[in-house]
Amino acid sequence: MGVQYIYPEYEIVRNQERCIVCRVCERQCANEAHEYLKDSNKMVSDDAKCVNCHRCVALCPTRALKIVKSPHTFKENSNWSGKAINEIYKQAESGGVLLSSMGNPENYPVYFDKILLNASQVTNPSIDPLREPMETRVFLGAKPEKIERDEKGRLIRNLPPQIQLSMPIMFSAMSYGSISYNAHESLARAAAELGILYNTGEGGLHEDFYKYGKHTIVQVASGRFGVHKAYLNSGAAIEIKMGQGAKPGIGGHLPGEKIGRDISRTRMIPEGTDAISPAPHHDIYSIEDLRQLVYSLKEATNYEKPVIVKIAAVHNVAAIASGIARSGADMIAIDGFRGGTGAAPTRIRDHVGLPIELALASVDKRLRDEGIRNRVSIIVGGSIRSSADVVKAVALGADAVYIGTAALIALGCHLCRSCHTGKCNWGIATQREDLVKRLNPNIGYKRLVNLLTAWQHEIKEMMGGMGINSIEALKGNRLMLRGVGLNEKELEILGIKHAGE
Amino acid sequence: MYLLAHQLGFRALNEKIRGTSEDVVIEECYGERFIGAGATGRTITINGTPGNALGAYLDGATIVVNGNAQDAVGDTMNDGKIIIHGNAGDALGYAMRGGKILVKGNAGYRTGIHMKEYQDKKPVIVVGGYVGSFLGEYLAGGLIIVLGLNTEECPVGNFTGTGMHGGEIFIRTQKMPKNLPKQVCHSPAEEADMDRIRDILSEFSETFNIGMDEILGKPFHRLTPNAKNPYKQLYTNN
Repeated sequence: MGVQYIYPEYEIVRNQERCIVCRVCERQCANEAHEYLKDSNKMVSDDAKCVNCHRCVALCPTRALKIVKSPHTFKENSNWSGKAINEIYKQAESGGVLLSSMGNPENYPVYFDKILLNASQVTNPSIDPLREPMETRVFLGAKPEKIERDEKGRLIRNLPPQIQLSMPIMFSAMSYGSISYNAHESLARAAAELGILYNTGEGGLHEDFYKYGKHTIVQVASGRFGVHKAYLNSGAAIEIKMGQGAKPGIGGHLPGEKIGRDISRTRMIPEGTDAISPAPHHDIYSIEDLRQLVYSLKEATNYEKPVIVKIAAVHNVAAIASGIARSGADMIAIDGFRGGTGAAPTRIRDHVGLPIELALASVDKRLRDEGIRNRVSIIVGGSIRSSADVVKAVALGADAVYIGTAALIALGCHLCRSCHTGKCNWGIATQREDLVKRLNPNIGYKRLVNLLTAWQHEIKEMMGGMGINSIEALKGNRLMLRGVGLNEKELEILGIKHAGE
Repeated sequence: MYLLAHQLGFRALNEKIRGTSEDVVIEECYGERFIGAGATGRTITINGTPGNALGAYLDGATIVVNGNAQDAVGDTMNDGKIIIHGNAGDALGYAMRGGKILVKGNAGYRTGIHMKEYQDKKPVIVVGGYVGSFLGEYLAGGLIIVLGLNTEECPVGNFTGTGMHGGEIFIRTQKMPKNLPKQVCHSPAEEADMDRIRDILSEFSETFNIGMDEILGKPFHRLTPNAKNPYKQLYTNN
C-alpha cells in the first residue's frame, strides 16, 4: 500500500441479513472479489477486485448484493478529475500504456439523441404495420449505372453480387478470440434465423461455423489470420478491415496467453504466440493499392462475393470513402468513435475518430454529389443502440447498420469494460472454459433473435408513422429528421433542418 | 493451354486460368495482375512480366516466371510454389502461411512480412540476390533465406526483423547488418542449423542451376526473435 493504492471506484454492498452464505458470488466471480471466511461463517468482498459486471448481483438468490459508486472522492476539481489523477498513478507505477475495452464512454455529443423523427398527421396518412405490408428487406452491393437491354429488348443481367438482409441490421465484426465460441455460435445462429449476416472479425472462422456461411461475412485484416481460399469462399461477403472505430490508426494485438488450441486453429498460428495485426496493411499505401487487394479477393472468389471495405470514421472520411467507392469495393463500412473493442489503448479509444452520425451524413452527401452513390452500399456502426438509431441512420443515408455492443448486451454483457482482462464473467469476452460455458448459445441466440425481432417491429412502427412502407423510401430521406439543440454547422453537416423549421 | 496475356487483359486471362485444370503457359505477359489467385495443383508458366499480386492466396499450384515479378507476389499464400527467374518487387510473400517462393535475383522492401507457420505448414522464401529494408518484419513463423549471391555487401537493407516474434531468417554474408532491432537475436548458423536448410538450398541450387559450392561459399547468419511475445509488458489495465 501507499501511493500505488487506488481506492476502488465501486463498492460491493452486501446485506448481511439476507446473505445465506451460499457462496454463489464467490464461485461466480472470476476476479475473486468475494471470499468466504470460515471462522466467522461470513462472506466478505474486496471492492478493489470488483469490475462492476453485476454477475454476482444477478445470481445472488436472496438479492443480498448490489454495487454502488463509491462516494470516496478526491478534493473536487473541475480540471483534475479523479479519473485523470488515478490514471497518472497507474502509469507512474507501471510505465504502461493504459488499456481499456468497449466503446468510448466519455462525454461527447451523441447526435442520434439530438435528432427527432417525423410522423404523419392529417395530410399524409400513417400506415399501420399490423394490417399493411411493410418492407424492411434490403439488398447491399454495388448497383449498375443504368438498366441495359440487348437488341431483343431483354434485360442484360449486369447486377454485381448482392447480399440480402431481412432488415437493415447486421452483427459487426468480433473475432473468435476477442469473444468466445459460444458468443460466436449465438451470433451465427441468430443471423441465420433472422435472415441477416454476422461477421467473423479478423480471427478466422471456426470449422463448426462454416455451415452458417450464407449468413457470414468473412474478414481480412492486416494480420491475415485464418485467411485462405476456402475461408474466402465460405461467406456471403468479404470485408477488408482497414480500421476500427474504437482504435482508428492502430492495429490489434491478441496476447499469446489467449491463443489456446482452438483459437490457434482458426487463426492458423501456433498456440501461445501473439497474434499481431499491424496498424496498416503493408501492401496498401494508396487507393490504387486498396483496389489491388479488393480485386485479388474478387479474383480468388471468382467475382461471386461482394467486397466490403471497413474504415474508422476519421476527419477526412468523406474523401476516403470517395476513394473506396472508386476502388471497386461494393460496400463501405464506417465505424464511429463509439464503437466497441475487446482491447484498445484508452487514449486512442477516447480521443480519436468521429461521431458516426456526422461521418455518415458527410459520406452520403459526398458520394451523391460525385454521382457515385450507387457504386457502394454504406454500412455504419459505432454505437447503434436502438431501433430509433437504426431509423435515424437509414434516414441519414445508411443502407444498413452494424451492431456489436448492442448484440453483446443482449447476450448478457453488462458493459463493465473489462474485456481485455479475459475474465468475462458472462462468458462473452473470455476463452476460459469454465466462464465460456456460462453463455448458453441456445439461450443466447434466442435473445439476439428476440432483440432484433423487436427492433424490426419498432422500425416498422416508426416507418408507418412517417407514412413510409419501404425502408428504401426512408434511405437518405432527411426530411424525416429534425435536429434539436444543434448549431448551424452541425445541421449543415447532418443535412437536416432544426426542429420547428 | 497457351494463353496470350496481353491480348486478353487480366480479367479474361484469369477467368481462363480458373476455367481449366490443365497446366497453363502464358506468353506476352506485360503486367497482368492477380495471375493464379487461389490456384490449386497444376503448373502455370509465365513468359514475361506478371503484374502485382501474382499467386495471391495460392493454394497448391506451381507458378514459374521466366522474367521479373512485381509487388505482392504470393500474398497470403497457403500452399504451392512460386519460382521467379528474375527479380521480385515489394512485399513478397506477405502473410504467407505455406509453400515456397524461390527468387533467383533480388526482392524489394518488406520481403516475407508477417509470414506465419501453422501445424505442418511452414512457409519458405529464398532470395538469391539482395532484399530491401524491413525484411521479415512482424515475422511470426516460417523461414527466410537471403543469399546475396550477386553482392559482396550484406544483402539486406535496414530494420531487418522489426517486430519479429517467430520464425527464422538466414543471411549469407561475411558481415552482419547494422541497426538490427531489439526484437532480434543473431548468431552464426551452426552445423545443425545448416543441416535444416540444406534441402531447400539444394532445391534452389537445382532450380536455378547454381552450384552448391557457390551457395555454401560464405558463412550464414541466423536471426531469431528474442521472445514470442514482444509486446507483453506494454500495457496497464485501466
